[in-house]
Amino acid sequence: MTVMIELEGVGKSFTLWNQGGAVIPVMADARLTVAAGECVGLTGRSGAGKSTLMRMIWGNYLAQAGSIRVAGVQVAGAEPREVIALRRATLGYVSQFLRVVPRVPTIEVVAEPLLTLGLPADRARARAADLLARLNIPERLWSLSPTTFSGGEQQRVNIARGFAHPWPVLLLDEPTASLDAANREVVLTLIEEAKSRGAAILGIFHDEGARARVCDRLVDVTGFTPGLAA
Amino acid sequence: MTLSAAREFSGENSDPSQKDRGAPGPLLRVQGIEKRYGPRIGCTGVSFDLWPGEVMGIVGESGSGKSTLLSCLAGHMAPDAGRVIFATRTGPRDAVTMTEPERRQLARTDWAFVHQNPRDGLRMGVSAGGNVGERLMALGARHYGRIRTTATDWLGRVEIAADRIDDRPSAFSGGMQQRLQIARNLVTGPRLIFMDEPTGGLDVSVQARLLDLLRGLVREMGLSAIIVTHDLAVVRLLADRLMVMQGGRVVEQGLTDQVLDDPQHAYTQLLVSSVLQV
Repeated sequence: MTVMIELEGVGKSFTLWNQGGAVIPVMADARLTVAAGECVGLTGRSGAGKSTLMRMIWGNYLAQAGSIRVAGVQVAGAEPREVIALRRATLGYVSQFLRVVPRVPTIEVVAEPLLTLGLPADRARARAADLLARLNIPERLWSLSPTTFSGGEQQRVNIARGFAHPWPVLLLDEPTASLDAANREVVLTLIEEAKSRGAAILGIFHDEGARARVCDRLVDVTGFTPGLAA
Repeated sequence: MTLSAAREFSGENSDPSQKDRGAPGPLLRVQGIEKRYGPRIGCTGVSFDLWPGEVMGIVGESGSGKSTLLSCLAGHMAPDAGRVIFATRTGPRDAVTMTEPERRQLARTDWAFVHQNPRDGLRMGVSAGGNVGERLMALGARHYGRIRTTATDWLGRVEIAADRIDDRPSAFSGGMQQRLQIARNLVTGPRLIFMDEPTGGLDVSVQARLLDLLRGLVREMGLSAIIVTHDLAVVRLLADRLMVMQGGRVVEQGLTDQVLDDPQHAYTQLLVSSVLQV
């Protein structure tokens, strides 16, 4: 069993300089592991720090204490280029928001991670087309920018992009939110396929049925919340 | 005809192998750059390493020293202190202490500079094709047919129709002029590109197209870039890493989305929280 995500003693606080330097501790002594082929779900009430924990692993939130190892790379204190390299080939992320250059066609948005990895354009686009079709994005929309799409369509484009490359480690922030039953089923199948190819997955699922189906274990982040821990 | 052709023009014999680009070690090492205007600080104490393929954004408000810093790095202005060590093809060299001809040679081969105003980077009285071909000719290219073919290819890559090749830039829109300036700069296959507010004077719709173009070119050519801008949305989409300047000093630097999503310094927090949401 290969451990792909390993957190030890992770702590985080925010210092709000324009509010008199108020320090707000949000996490203390967080620890968890996710092995290859395993899906771990984060639980805890809203505001308990599920997304914060995920962002520290992704690297866009700084950890003040502890160790965050992803596929052997120490993310806490890493140089930007180390995190960029990790994200390019190893660490994938489906966030709740689609952030793209305006006017870039949907198919290019989904193919981009593969082009960055050096895949030929035709193969990257073929893979993107596959995923968009599976996620029921009508082909007539592929040449349009997703910025004009509905919330559910944007979410599916985001998922297609997040599954374009077989990242060995995946972070999923509510991947089934705002999806209808048919598309929810497609996403859960994509997650199961990723698990069976050996991906280590850490997810936030408010959808209890989805959680029960794909998660092997649950970790309650309330235990890491300063002032809330038992 | 693409990059390899451009490199052939530049007189380089060897294949533009990825090995060359991926060479271990930083492409640029900036150490303790300082520039003063009399008693006033332009910028001071700026140090960083830029690695091959990295895109770094420099943000800060007007007067923060970001343009002064870029001018010092690109050799347009002599810093009062510090070193700008570039990994040339023959080994590391300090661009600050180079002779003027050496620096000019570097500026037309491995370096490129995209000005905010295309008029500062283009020759307005020369045709579009001539603007692109001129950089090739400066490197010794003489075969007219090949120069024209390369120029046409580059105009296509920056989405300028081939039938505009003989038009002067003064007949182009602002967005087209900016794309032409980029073609003129990239035709010789540089390794480092400096950009000063490259999307600054453009309509937002034109900005988006230019951003997409720049992202594609940086990816395909494995370019390193330093981009000065005051637009946080531009750096989020274009830069891997970010440096925040205030009063001539670097107050924070790091991974772009980390600096924007979890700013640590008071000034960066103010900057990020001041952006209007649309």
